[in-house]
Amino acid sequence: MTDRWSAGVLHYAEMGYWQPDYVPKPTDLLAAFRVTPQPGVPPEEAGAAVAGESSTATWTVVWTDRLTAYDHYQGKCYSVEPVPGRQDQYIARIAYDLDLFEEGSIANLSSSIIGNVFGFKAIKALRLEDMRIPPHYAKTFQGPAHGIVMEREYLNKFGRPLLGATVKPKLGLSARNYGRVVYEALRGGLDFTKDDENINSQPFMRWRDRFGHCMEAVSKAEAETGEVKGHYMNVTAATMEDMYERADFARQLGSVIVMIDLTVGYTAIQSMARWARRNGVLLHLHRAGHSTYTRQKEHGVSFRVIAKWMRLAGVDHLHAGTVVGKLEGDPNTVAGFYQTLRCDRAEPDPVRGLYFEQDWASMPAVMPVASGGIHAGQMHQLLHYLGEDVILQFGGGTIGHPLGIAAGATANRVAVEAMIKARNEGRDLMAEGPDVLRAAAGHSRELDVALETWGDVTFTFASTDTPDVIPDVTPVPTGA
Amino acid sequence: MRITQGTFSYLPDLTDQEITGQLGYALRQGWALSVEFTDDPHPRNNYWDMWGLPMFDLPDAAGVLHEIHRCRRAYPDSYIRVSAYDSRQGRQTVALSFLVNRPAIEPGLRPV
Repeated sequence: MTDRWSAGVLHYAEMGYWQPDYVPKPTDLLAAFRVTPQPGVPPEEAGAAVAGESSTATWTVVWTDRLTAYDHYQGKCYSVEPVPGRQDQYIARIAYDLDLFEEGSIANLSSSIIGNVFGFKAIKALRLEDMRIPPHYAKTFQGPAHGIVMEREYLNKFGRPLLGATVKPKLGLSARNYGRVVYEALRGGLDFTKDDENINSQPFMRWRDRFGHCMEAVSKAEAETGEVKGHYMNVTAATMEDMYERADFARQLGSVIVMIDLTVGYTAIQSMARWARRNGVLLHLHRAGHSTYTRQKEHGVSFRVIAKWMRLAGVDHLHAGTVVGKLEGDPNTVAGFYQTLRCDRAEPDPVRGLYFEQDWASMPAVMPVASGGIHAGQMHQLLHYLGEDVILQFGGGTIGHPLGIAAGATANRVAVEAMIKARNEGRDLMAEGPDVLRAAAGHSRELDVALETWGDVTFTFASTDTPDVIPDVTPVPTGA
Repeated sequence: MRITQGTFSYLPDLTDQEITGQLGYALRQGWALSVEFTDDPHPRNNYWDMWGLPMFDLPDAAGVLHEIHRCRRAYPDSYIRVSAYDSRQGRQTVALSFLVNRPAIEPGLRPV
C-alpha cells in the first residue's frame, strides 16, 4: 500500500493495471491490442501501461486518485500472449468498466480507447485489433438508420447482391455529363450509382447542379425498368449545416440514399445517421482515409474495429473489401469484417481475426460494399467470398465496357442473376462458375464482350493485414 | 417495355423446370412460398393481390407450381411473382422473389 502511493514515475503493472486473475464481467468493454514494447520493457508492463494510459493513469502517482474508487475505473490488462511467428509482439487483452464511457458516443469511446496511448514512448508500436462491445453499451447507440432488411424492403430487391458503380472519371465531369453516366448505368441494370469520395462541390460541378441532374437520371431509369433506383448523393461538406442542407435537398428531390465520407468524423457520422433515420433516407459511408491507420499490422486500428464503431454509429452501407479486387483484402480477414457488419452474434474466430464474441442484441445489420477493381468475370468468386447481402460496385467494370455504359451494367446484372440461379440450383460455383458465365453469355452479348475484355484480369498481390494463426499469405484466387 | 423487377429479370423467362428448381431451393431453406399478381407493376406498388395465403405448410415444389399454373390461367395478362419468406428472427422478410408471368404486351411507365 505504501509503495502504491509513493510519489514518482508509475510502474503500471504494480499499480493495478496488470491483473492476470481478473475475470471480465459481462458488462465490461474488452479490447485486444497488439503491443510491440520498447527493448527492455517487459510485456506485462507494456500491457499494463496501455490499460493505464487508456483509462485513469497519468505518468506519475497522483494523490487525487485516492479520492476515487480507482480500482473500479482502472483499465485492467488481464492477459498478455506472444503473437505466433512475430518477435516482440504481444496481444494484450484489457477490460474496461462500462462507467468509463458516455452512452451512445463514438467520439467518447474512441477518445478513451485510442486517445493518447498510441504515442506512448515505452511502446514502439500499438494496434487496436478488436473490441467486444457488450449489449449493455451497444443498446445505447441508434445503430443503422435502416439496416439490410429494411433497405431490401425499401428497394423491393431480394435474393441477390445489389449492384452499383461509381461514376468515372471521378473529377471533371459537368453536371449534365455526370447525369448521363448515372442514367446509362441505371437503365442498363444497376441498382445504384455513386458519387466518389472526393466529389463534393467543386468549381467544375457544384453539388446542387449534380443532384438535380442525377435525380432526373434516376427517375428516368426507374420509369424505364419499373425498378427502384438510387444514386448515392455525397453530402460531405465542411460543416454540419452544409451537410444538412445538401441532404435535405436530396430528400426533397426524392433520392432514396445519401452518402458521407469517413473523413467527416465520428460525431458528424452519428448526426447524419440520426438525420437518415428521421427522414427515411439510406446512409452510405465511404471509408475514405481508413488505410492510413488500418492497413499495417504493427500500428494503428484494425478495420474490424472501425466496422464495429460504424455499425453502432448508424450507417446503412460501409465499404468492407472485395478479396479479389485491386485493394487490400485477405479473404479470411475480409470475412471477419463482413461477419462484423452482418451477423447478430459472432463467436471468437482467430482465423478471421475475431478476438472476442460479439452480441449485437438485434441491432440491424450494415450492408457491406465491395468496390475496387472487380468485374463480371469474377462473379462466382464474389458470391462465394462475400455472399448475397452485399453491394458489388463495378466502376471501371461498367463504364469501361466497349459497347457502352448501359451494356456494361447489363453484363454485370446478367452475370449476377445467372450465378444466383445456378447456386440455387445446387451447382458448385467455384468449380463451375466460369461455365455458368459462358452459358449466360450465350444469351447476352453484353456479358460476352465483358468476359472477352476483362476475363483474365486479376490482382494477385500478398495482403499485409492477415490473421496470425495461419500462414501470412492466404492464397488469393487466380483466374476467372 | 420489359419490367425488370425480381431476381431473374435479366435472364430469359424461366421455364417451369427452372421455376421448380428455384422453388426447391426456397423450400430447402425452410422458406414459405406465395404467389401474387398485379396489373400495376409500379415500383412503389408493393402490395400485389395475393393468390391465396402464403403456403406455409406446403413442402412440395410441384404443389406450388400447380398454384402458379392456376394463377396464370385466371390472370394470363397480369404480372405474377413468386416470393419466398424467411421467417427467422433477424430476417422476417422476403428472401427471394421473381416473376413467373408477364402480359403479352408490357405497357410500361412514364417518369413520375
